[in-house]
Amino acid sequence: MLTLDAKLPQGPIEDMWTNHKDQLRLVGPNNRHKYKVLVIGSGLAGASSAASMGAMGYNVECFCFQDSPRRAHSIAAQGGINAAKNYRNDGDSTWRLFTDTQKGGDFRAREENVYRLAELSTSIIDQCVAQGVPFAREYGGKLANRSFGGVLVERTFYCRGETGQQLLLGAYSALEEQIAKKNVKMHTRTELLDYVIVDGNVRGIITRDMITGKLERHSADAVVLATGGYGNVYYLSTNAKGCNVTANFRAYRRGAGFANPCFTQIHPTSIPASGDYQSKLTLMSESLRNDGRIWVPRDPDEKRAPTDIPEAERYYYLEERYPRFGNLVPRDVAARNAKDVCDQGLGVGPTGYGVYLDFGSAIQEKGVDAVKSKYSNLFEMYERITDDDPTKTPMRIYPAVHYTMGGLWVDYNLMTNIPGLYAAGEANFADHGANRLGASSLMQCLADGYFVVPVTIGDYLSRQTPGEIDTTHDQFGAVEQECRDHINKLTSINGTRSSQDFHRELGKIMWEHCGISRSKESLEEGLRKIPELRDQFWSDLKLPGGASELNQSLEHAGRVVDFLDFGELMCRDALAREESCGCHLREEYQTEENEAKRNDEDFAFVSVFEYKGEGVEPELNKEPLEFNAFPLATRNYKS
Amino acid sequence: MKIRLHVWRQESTDKKGKMESYDLDNVLPDMSFLEMMDVLNEKLTVEGKSPVAFDHDCREGVCGMCSMVINGQAHGPKATTTTCQLYMRHFKDGAEIYVEPFRSGAFPVLQDLMVDRSAFDRIIQAGGYISNHSGPKPDPNSIPIEPGVQETSLDAASCIGCGACVAACPNGSASLFTSAKISHLGMLPQGQPERYERVGAMVDQMEGEGFGSCRNYAECEAQCPKGISIAFIGRMNADYLKATLVEPVDGRGKMHAQ
Ligand SMILES: Cc1cc2nc3c(=O)[nH]c(=O)nc-3n(C[C@H](O)[C@H](O)[C@H](O)COP(=O)(O)OP(=O)(O)OC[C@H]3O[C@@H](n4cnc5c(N)ncnc54)[C@H](O)[C@@H]3O)c2cc1C
Ligand code: SF4
Ligand code: FES
Repeated sequence: MLTLDAKLPQGPIEDMWTNHKDQLRLVGPNNRHKYKVLVIGSGLAGASSAASMGAMGYNVECFCFQDSPRRAHSIAAQGGINAAKNYRNDGDSTWRLFTDTQKGGDFRAREENVYRLAELSTSIIDQCVAQGVPFAREYGGKLANRSFGGVLVERTFYCRGETGQQLLLGAYSALEEQIAKKNVKMHTRTELLDYVIVDGNVRGIITRDMITGKLERHSADAVVLATGGYGNVYYLSTNAKGCNVTANFRAYRRGAGFANPCFTQIHPTSIPASGDYQSKLTLMSESLRNDGRIWVPRDPDEKRAPTDIPEAERYYYLEERYPRFGNLVPRDVAARNAKDVCDQGLGVGPTGYGVYLDFGSAIQEKGVDAVKSKYSNLFEMYERITDDDPTKTPMRIYPAVHYTMGGLWVDYNLMTNIPGLYAAGEANFADHGANRLGASSLMQCLADGYFVVPVTIGDYLSRQTPGEIDTTHDQFGAVEQECRDHINKLTSINGTRSSQDFHRELGKIMWEHCGISRSKESLEEGLRKIPELRDQFWSDLKLPGGASELNQSLEHAGRVVDFLDFGELMCRDALAREESCGCHLREEYQTEENEAKRNDEDFAFVSVFEYKGEGVEPELNKEPLEFNAFPLATRNYKS
Repeated sequence: MKIRLHVWRQESTDKKGKMESYDLDNVLPDMSFLEMMDVLNEKLTVEGKSPVAFDHDCREGVCGMCSMVINGQAHGPKATTTTCQLYMRHFKDGAEIYVEPFRSGAFPVLQDLMVDRSAFDRIIQAGGYISNHSGPKPDPNSIPIEPGVQETSLDAASCIGCGACVAACPNGSASLFTSAKISHLGMLPQGQPERYERVGAMVDQMEGEGFGSCRNYAECEAQCPKGISIAFIGRMNADYLKATLVEPVDGRGKMHAQ
């Protein structure tokens, strides 16, 4: 049994964060340098928290597996970042962003955390502009906004189609400033392998230097995990190739609760896969849905080019099925409907798994130049990949795995159930429930990193004696040895199949059995197939190269090991959650209109899995969810 | 399609490297260049040979991790395209393709096609930021920014730090990269207080890292995947000159000794 105390503050939700901050214990400026904090990850969540804590005077060390912190996966976010600035005077407010996020997440998030996120959203924009993030401006020089899937206000801030890049470069600059000032020490090309836990508290980590292969010990007073999401468990996803579950999963194996692992967002607008060699999927930002209309031919045997198909023979299925939101329905609704029409045989493209996203109407209305300038780099990206010009012929799109709402369980302070171990950004489970609204992840990563962790961590640290345990402690030796044994086991299998090959196969199993829609039967089949694949992996892996050298195959194989175990956990979670909610659609539980049918009576809780040892079934713990500020309501995007 | 690859193989920084040749038979035009390299690597792995090490992550042209010189050009033959965004349809059936790392004295080879670009991070450390703490800040609309200025600043900020400009330059200069960051920050009102200090410190760091100086070959702009304009180098030089000619009063009010 895990003790899951969310440490929620008292009082009305509007005042909670302020009251909480007022009551947190702090570490004084003169003492901060005595405390060592390790930040794993340099994406938006990691870079922002490392920079903020460095500037406060903590002794920070930051780690990433890329060659520079600037390259973290956050760089790829395109569309934008939400904030309840209400610059448009269209009725936006903290309250509305809070309730939109709760509704979007289908009431499977902790409302106190979500409210705080909405509350902090406006400060993020201020912070980023102060760093020099060049957000889009209107003619008068004021910040511009656009609207993003699933909401009725324009609250999304953006930099062309490269919002993530500009936000990350802002956080990266702040981080480099602190590195220059010697407040932060950066370890690039370094991979976290495991944690050192002493008397229940996290006291350090073991890493591998990816150039030399050397295992290293790092002691710490606290560790912040900001290692991102695990969408690559599906092999094909919109995530960067290096995204992995290792840091999170290793924490789980050391006792951290893993919350809602099966909540995976499938993005409706990605470029369809073209063949087996496909190594990743490329997202087309859903901001395109503002001007693009989605359709398929009404005739399953249609052979004409899309531009030759007359209006009456096109099935604008989202507009017909959801007249109020039309093409702007939330992601999961858009993704499921795409799969639905393709399963009916109406899909387009060589594989039959694609739908059209058409800019014809927008171009007629606003002119080619206006539409092009709004989406210039997305159009370029599309043309580069497919060789088609979206201003001349409709794009082809299909859903792809995109974001993982699940992650390590954290309390209101973003601390996991392992004292001293924090999780921020996509790595935690906190704010998006069963589905994330567009442009809300960047917001959450930066809220966590700039404003939450740097404040809440003081409360824990102030109760610790700094540097109490150093790397000579026995436990460091023991964990380092376990890491070494693990690597040696991998390099000595000497089978016939590459780790890529196993990863690809796992991805197919996950997509088929734990993908867009799930059922008891198919999940159980997934739970049979994964252990079989894992056995093959451990007996037939071909791993070139050795342990004490730069070895990319070894890095990848190590990640696949954790994906294999983790995929099983996802299926288990999906099986246990006998309801549909947000992105989790169980075929057995849907409305007559094929909408997710929630079961609030029995499933209004966070599923938190507890590791029980190798080969032992994990224990499912439940954190009940209460909805006091914003009562439960059924999501309805139809009327 | 069939292709013949000639790839730079080098075990580690201190070992000598050489080109090795590989034949691939079933390359498809819709494969990306890196997917073609994946196919090669899986083949090598299964044959018990060591796969080619290369950097990559996002595979959508934005992280700046991929870094190959293909047929003598950084990121290959297609303009404003990173290696990961290059497709095999840009090559002819039967093509011979030469693949090398981003070479430069300041970018030592780590293994095969992987190089060490940490010098770029150190240039940013020298001043590629606007000093800040995290916390309350003024509302951004209190300082309007002309959209034209913001757009040009964003043009410069679009640099992905890949290092192609260095690999492309006959002199191994990092001027395009450095000037892009200097211009991004130096054009914005928020960047003014540290503007002249920044340009001095970053240019000095760039030179200290062993990058060559700019001789206006303009190869950097031609091979930059983000189309960063060399006009920014001119802007950097002008700012550098101003920084040394006038005695700017910096944000903290102390006079610089020249
Ligand atoms: C294509 C795409 C577009 C998106 N667009 C948007 C958008 O428009 N708006 C929005 O709000 N969200 C968007 N998202 C989601 C958003 O980008 C991510 O959720 C977010 O950036 C995650 O940030 P992070 O800081 O949590 O982690 P990441 O940016 O993924 O960073 C993870 C860090 O952890 C490090 N790391 C990981 N594992 C290890 C390990 N074992 N050892 C050491 N280091 C490790 C990595 O090096 C990296 O530095 C998009 C996502 C994708 C894929
Ligand atoms: S200026 Fe261009 S080539 Fe140079 S690092 Fe930036 S993006 Fe790469
Ligand atoms: S892999 Fe990211 S730019 Fe090429």
